[in-house]
Amino acid sequence: MTKRQRIVVVGHGMVGHRFAQAAVERGLTETHDVLVLGEEPRAAYDRVGLTSWFGHETGGDEALSLLPGGEYDDPRVRLVLDSVVTEVDREARTVTVVSPPEAVGDLLAHPGAVSIHEYDVLVLATGAAPFVPPVEGRGKDGCFVYRTIEDLEAIKAASLTATSGVVIGGGLLGLEAANALVQLGLSTNVVEMAPRLMPVQLDAAAGTTLVRHIERLGVKVHTGVLTEAIEGDDAVSGLRVRQAGTEEGAPTTTIDAQVVVFSAGIRPRDALAREAGLDTAPRGGVLVDEQCRTSDRSIFAIGECAAPGGTMYGLVAPGYAMAEVVVDALLDGPGTFTGADMSTKLKLLGVDVASFGDAFATTDGALELTYADAVSGVYKKLVIAESDAGDGSFRLLGGILVGDASAYGILRPMVSSGLALPDNPEQLILPAGTGAPLGMPDEAQVCSCNDVTKADILHAVTEEGCEDVAAVKACTRAGSTCGSCVPTVKNLIEEHFASIGKVVDKGLCEHFRLSRQELFDVVAVHGYRRFDDIVEAHGTGRGCDICKPAIASILASQTSTHILEPTTVALQDTNDAYLANIQRNGTYSVVPRIPGGEITPEKLIVIGEVARDFDLYTKITGGQRIDLFGARMEQLPAIWRRLVDAGFESGHAYGKSLRTVKSCVGSTWCRYGVQDSVGLAIALELRYRGLRSPHKLKGGVSGCARECAEARGKDFGVIATEKGWNLYVGGNGGANPAHARLLAGDLSTETLVSYLDRFLMYYVRTADRLQRTSTWIEQLEGGLDRVREVVVDDALGLGAELESEMARHVGGYADEWRETLEDPEKLARFVSFVNAPDTPDPSIAFTTERDQIQPIAPALIPVGAPS
Amino acid sequence: MTWTEICSVDAIPLEGGVAALVGGEAVAIFRTYSGEVFAISNVDPFSGASVLSRGIVGSRGDVPVVSSPMYKQAFDLTTGRCLDDDSVSVTAYEVSVVDGRVLVGAASLEPAREST
Ligand code: SRM
Ligand SMILES: Cc1cc2nc3c(=O)[nH]c(=O)nc-3n(C[C@H](O)[C@H](O)[C@H](O)COP(=O)(O)OP(=O)(O)OC[C@H]3O[C@@H](n4cnc5c(N)ncnc54)[C@H](O)[C@@H]3O)c2cc1C
Ligand code: SF4
Ligand code: FES
Repeated sequence: MTKRQRIVVVGHGMVGHRFAQAAVERGLTETHDVLVLGEEPRAAYDRVGLTSWFGHETGGDEALSLLPGGEYDDPRVRLVLDSVVTEVDREARTVTVVSPPEAVGDLLAHPGAVSIHEYDVLVLATGAAPFVPPVEGRGKDGCFVYRTIEDLEAIKAASLTATSGVVIGGGLLGLEAANALVQLGLSTNVVEMAPRLMPVQLDAAAGTTLVRHIERLGVKVHTGVLTEAIEGDDAVSGLRVRQAGTEEGAPTTTIDAQVVVFSAGIRPRDALAREAGLDTAPRGGVLVDEQCRTSDRSIFAIGECAAPGGTMYGLVAPGYAMAEVVVDALLDGPGTFTGADMSTKLKLLGVDVASFGDAFATTDGALELTYADAVSGVYKKLVIAESDAGDGSFRLLGGILVGDASAYGILRPMVSSGLALPDNPEQLILPAGTGAPLGMPDEAQVCSCNDVTKADILHAVTEEGCEDVAAVKACTRAGSTCGSCVPTVKNLIEEHFASIGKVVDKGLCEHFRLSRQELFDVVAVHGYRRFDDIVEAHGTGRGCDICKPAIASILASQTSTHILEPTTVALQDTNDAYLANIQRNGTYSVVPRIPGGEITPEKLIVIGEVARDFDLYTKITGGQRIDLFGARMEQLPAIWRRLVDAGFESGHAYGKSLRTVKSCVGSTWCRYGVQDSVGLAIALELRYRGLRSPHKLKGGVSGCARECAEARGKDFGVIATEKGWNLYVGGNGGANPAHARLLAGDLSTETLVSYLDRFLMYYVRTADRLQRTSTWIEQLEGGLDRVREVVVDDALGLGAELESEMARHVGGYADEWRETLEDPEKLARFVSFVNAPDTPDPSIAFTTERDQIQPIAPALIPVGAPS
Repeated sequence: MTWTEICSVDAIPLEGGVAALVGGEAVAIFRTYSGEVFAISNVDPFSGASVLSRGIVGSRGDVPVVSSPMYKQAFDLTTGRCLDDDSVSVTAYEVSVVDGRVLVGAASLEPAREST
């Protein structure tokens, strides 16, 4: 019987642990004893998931541990912690270990803190250490690295007295660390020398997309910035930085910080090997061959401390592969490590990021296919090349995904398999949602009201000859209920026709081949004022419920004439036509404007009295105002007479126009408020009231970052800062909620208003019918950046024009209800029956519920019920 | 056929509608761009509300239509047929215009709504 061999493993990190596990699982311990010596006070843990330690106030260590009991089941594997291997004697085949006395126990051959162990096989798994660049002041209190649980404990302790922190390094680990600082409640900065984040994995566009995501979380990203020094006496007070590429002595700025985390890369821990005279790679790491053997045949190196063929791998998967290879070698197996896929997919601060294969298109003949959606922050790139088959097909070389990495699972295997791509490879990265519904599975439900799937819709298009939304609606019922799926249905139809090479009709409806934007321009250029002229010159037929309201809206935003003028009254949707919202039983609701949600007791009393006198149901709306329901059409003028006399005006709840600008109480009352949010909300609501737009518009103003007004859920949201206002655009609730995104920060009120004027007019001019600001921005080429160029940088030189159009609107505003009440011709329409104006509609009836009226569904009205 | 005189033709807005009571039933009377007058039941069969006269009048192909103000289905003004749902139609009434007065023919009067 041969003598049992002794394996000593240096380091109990992720890879050392994997080696021990594999040794047990694959039977190596039948012939070998394994002694694992680890420097850290605890057994191996999931370093990849390190940041989740913060989520566990207690028990974080156990949650991360890879060996919860601290011992292997196999008694032939022994783990000794808290022990540092300080020397390898290759002649004697021993290692020297320094342990604190309590860790010594009976295991160690020598008494005291120092022990010597013999090995037949030595496995180095010492990992890597964070690189701390030689920055002045790096030894100050408050400087940390981010690698071990101890580091996290120290950072957490320091964060208790700190308000802001900075991470040096915008790579993968730096962003992990930034996430930690955010979770600890610090205002967080990331400085990166390269011009973009994650320069190793991402290209410029992907890096920019990632920055947007991360800044949305409140992290300030500074790219292209060099750290000059860490300031402060004993403890850190800030980080002095200057622009990369500038000379020393160039102007610097200081980022306020009491916590600094270095994350400027890692260096393999190869000192032990180097001192023992083993070969190391020029860029660090213990040089090993394909079996992970060092220049000494009985010594192996695996994980981050190793450099197979001269390259070190900073990821765990290659380390695991190396651990398996060494166990295999010791079992006389054929396994080799010939390099690893450096593909990465992670969630950084909640953002999906993946980079795989030839992400930078370095292969000859490589082509790039990109999809970018600046609004939702999705960037996807495929690197493809013509395949060797010579049949004109393409194969996938690699790619980058930011914001949505769901395709990673399909894409990465395509790189290694080298299979030919489908004819339309762009489908692989187009979003599955409304943008490119072809990408969604056939069984996906498009219309939830009527349970219509994508397959049903495509069937209607391909088999039943439906060519537009109206036809599909008639055929499948999709879109016939709440209407929220109509844009998706429309996209599906368009995508289908585009995919078979048919020119996609962007026309508004069967009467117009022009899009809303084209019509807007046509109307502006020709100065049309009447639908008849427009349809005669540019359309066919007599219009419908789609084009007529759209043209009414275009005319209204260009002319400020009353919407019930004879030329336009017949174009209006029923809500606009009666300046009220129709309800399910044919009655209407009345919503007086309450700007910013602020109202005097006197006005509240008037609303109460009106509601009582006309027996209306009252409800506080989601828009900070009061809705009065159950008014018969012919009652509307009398109700509004009372309201207008008391100083109310139309709230435009019925129009595709500005609804409300929601406010929080702000600095006037709130102890946290930094600006007068109510004052601004009222001013903005009064400025933009009555503005007819492609879809409804909502705004919000919050007095501080606590955001009680939910401004970022609005088409335009303003949040007060110490210095002024931050302006966010493109938010909404509804069927497809979107968060508004920062357009410009720290604005004076005057600049804010001019940007808003431009933004809103640009939207009114160019958006499609029924397109909220979020979808408009999304479909605008260049997305939010484009909006910023036009609105903030005035790149098109349109600024003054847009502002003067808005000035015309503001100057031309008049209350629609007041004007209606003054015009007998307009009032003449508010009758129940032309031939019986004194008879109310007998089909309308109410019951009482919770002390207020409620409609009885018309079909349920009992015969002979009082009307 | 009994004819009920409703109003002067000018009382109906061009490309618009009015509601009228004919024998106790609500009837929607429309005037199209070409000046023709049509009458169908005022009750929108999809909601049960008496509102069709408040819909937008236009055309689909060559057919003059009104789209319901409630859920937007289009109804053929000449026949009362719903163009978005074959199984649905509303009563259409005969109309004649005599000396600028609109008359609705009551012979084809059927209950537009079933009473329960
Ligand atoms: C009354 C109210 C509900 C309430 O009791 O609170 C309401 C009622 C209606 N909403 Fe709303 N919405 C009301 C607040 C909201 C809000 C909340 C808010 O504004 O903070 C939202 C989500 C926020 C948003 O719009 O981004 C909201 C999202 C919608 C949507 C979906 C819009 C979208 O982009 O997806 C519709 C449908 C549409 O406009 O096409 C809608 C449409 C409607 C209409 C107009 C439907 C209709 O045509 O009959 C409802 C009738 C209003 C009426 O009769 O007065 N309502 N609606 C609220 C009136 C607010 C006001 O004072 O004007
Ligand atoms: C925050 C964070 C996030 C990460 N995210 C990812 C990710 O998403 N994907 C990914 O693939 N990788 C990620 N990594 C990297 C991954 O954690 C490492 O690749 C992996 O831990 C390497 O394992 P290792 O065993 O080689 O090194 P380590 O896990 O560092 O283990 C080495 C061990 O050896 C000990 N040691 C060193 N010298 C001695 C000595 N002389 N005597 C005794 N013991 C010694 C060390 O104390 C340490 O415990 C992340 C790392 C960090 C810090
Ligand atoms: S957003 Fe700020 S200022 Fe406004 S109420 Fe909330 S905490 Fe107060
Ligand atoms: S989801 Fe299709 S109509 Fe409501």
